[in-house]
Amino acid sequence: MSMHKARCLAAIAALAWGPAAADDAPALGEPLAAEEIAAVSFTILPDGSGLPPGSGSVADGEAVYAQHCLACHGAGGEGGPNDRLAGGRGSLDSAAPVKTVGSYWPYATTLFDYLRRAMPYTAPGTLSADELYAVTAYVLHLNGIVGADAVLDAERLPAIEMPNRNGFERAWPDQ
Amino acid sequence: MTDTDEAAPAAGNGLFDRRFFLRAGAAGGAALLVARAGAAERQPWMRAPGAGMSDHGAPAPQTSHIRRIAVSSQPGTTGAGVSRTPLEFLDGIITPSRLHFERHHSGIPAIDPDRHRLVISGLVERPLAFSVESLARYPQVSRIQFLECSGNSGGMIAPEPRQASCGELHGLLSVSEWGGVPLSVLLDEAGVRPAARWVVADGADAAMMSRSVPLEKLMDDAIVALHQNGEPLRPSNGYPMRLFLPGWEGNMSVKWLRTLRVTDQPAMTKDETSKYSDLMADGKARLFTFPMGVKSLITSPSPGLFLGPRGVYQVSGLAWSGAGRIRRVEVSADGGRSWADAELDAHVLDKCATRFRSAWHWDGAPAVLMSRATDDAGNVQPTRAAVLAGRAANAFYHYNGIQAWQVTADGEVHNVYA
Repeated sequence: MSMHKARCLAAIAALAWGPAAADDAPALGEPLAAEEIAAVSFTILPDGSGLPPGSGSVADGEAVYAQHCLACHGAGGEGGPNDRLAGGRGSLDSAAPVKTVGSYWPYATTLFDYLRRAMPYTAPGTLSADELYAVTAYVLHLNGIVGADAVLDAERLPAIEMPNRNGFERAWPDQ
Repeated sequence: MTDTDEAAPAAGNGLFDRRFFLRAGAAGGAALLVARAGAAERQPWMRAPGAGMSDHGAPAPQTSHIRRIAVSSQPGTTGAGVSRTPLEFLDGIITPSRLHFERHHSGIPAIDPDRHRLVISGLVERPLAFSVESLARYPQVSRIQFLECSGNSGGMIAPEPRQASCGELHGLLSVSEWGGVPLSVLLDEAGVRPAARWVVADGADAAMMSRSVPLEKLMDDAIVALHQNGEPLRPSNGYPMRLFLPGWEGNMSVKWLRTLRVTDQPAMTKDETSKYSDLMADGKARLFTFPMGVKSLITSPSPGLFLGPRGVYQVSGLAWSGAGRIRRVEVSADGGRSWADAELDAHVLDKCATRFRSAWHWDGAPAVLMSRATDDAGNVQPTRAAVLAGRAANAFYHYNGIQAWQVTADGEVHNVYA
């Protein structure tokens, strides 16, 4: 794409959004190569776009969990000093709701996304994609969402229907 | 201190008309001040030249107790937690930067600004990277606005009122002058594609905190903030750059902003789904409850402060709304049976806290003080019962109920539900 075309499109976008200061702005943004963008792109959407290659099993995930997660989140995801990850199904409309991955989280992709970003807490970014798929599978298995022999990857993970998928009402319009 | 005959009561139990202080400046005002300025002799600090200049200011040592409070972290971490603004010790509207509340998810990153860039990508014609230096060369805007954590005042859902200071209960609220570059300018430069609806913002902290923001908000009044109260952002508030979304729940104003990914849908990140959503009693949850509701509280008197002898006191507090400006604040000294308009300080700004003041004659008997704010969209601060109605028992986000403080005959102030 030529620079000239890009500038025209930017101007159209500015018009579509009403008065903007774009005319006065210095335009100092530096163009990026695709690999530069990919290096900082961590967004994963509920449809699975953004998920990396790789796969992991519930069995492998149990080992990852024991090594990296158990100390904070407890055996079986029942909670340790930090968040409980499993159980709580059917409790949301009770006097003591228990919000876990299984009882509350609407999308399975969110679990992988969060683990890749932030966990394990003291060493984020150290688990491989295979390990992330595996421990995701294990936590979903603890919640009875996938079977003991499940193997997850970029295709299978977004296809999972989470139990509370339809438990949310949007307060902000999508359009 | 009973020289209040000239002022007509405006509401029950000793509340005066909001103009009281203006009149009192000439008449009864002296009663508010303790005149002990026996200046006949030199005090010790007047007998020799004082300390010299320095390159770095500091609060008076005698005020060293004014510090962030209720600093707490999740078990096993030092950087996943909160610290709160001691609202009861502050006046005006600006929160000193050193006292701005904190909410971090994995500590404060030690960012090298020369190696930090903001990347805008996704549904744009031209993905772009901006250095700190280049952003500083754009036309800047600055506004005085509040930032409130969605979990602020969450302790108020407890069945029995927690006895804690005003700041411990409500101190996840701070006000600053935020300066930076309008997002609309940067997004226009990148050229937003027609299918774009959302922008996923990531921070450069160890948790890569991530929130999806409607494109509409970014094009409206959002900025990439570089400055807070006139100085570069402090590390605890996002140095070298943060997203700032006026009026919206604080979690979305992503600190240490690193990437903005333009998308056609929200990413449904951990924080926007599993955390900052509002579970209702019927088991359904409300998603994307972004603006902070109209709210006020009396910061003086409040728990942690004490009343002395009976007489005239200033009742002062903060009112704010994510929907716009504060139009009106009413104060009650009889537990909500009657209300009088409070005087608003000069700065009544958009999506900013407004300082209000009332004059109250305390007769020494127990009394319940309350404040109630109305914004310029007509939203009226609800009662605690109205906020909690229909919510799940442990749903604590977006609490904006009317706060009641009980003044005891001993001059102590307690948190009460009224």
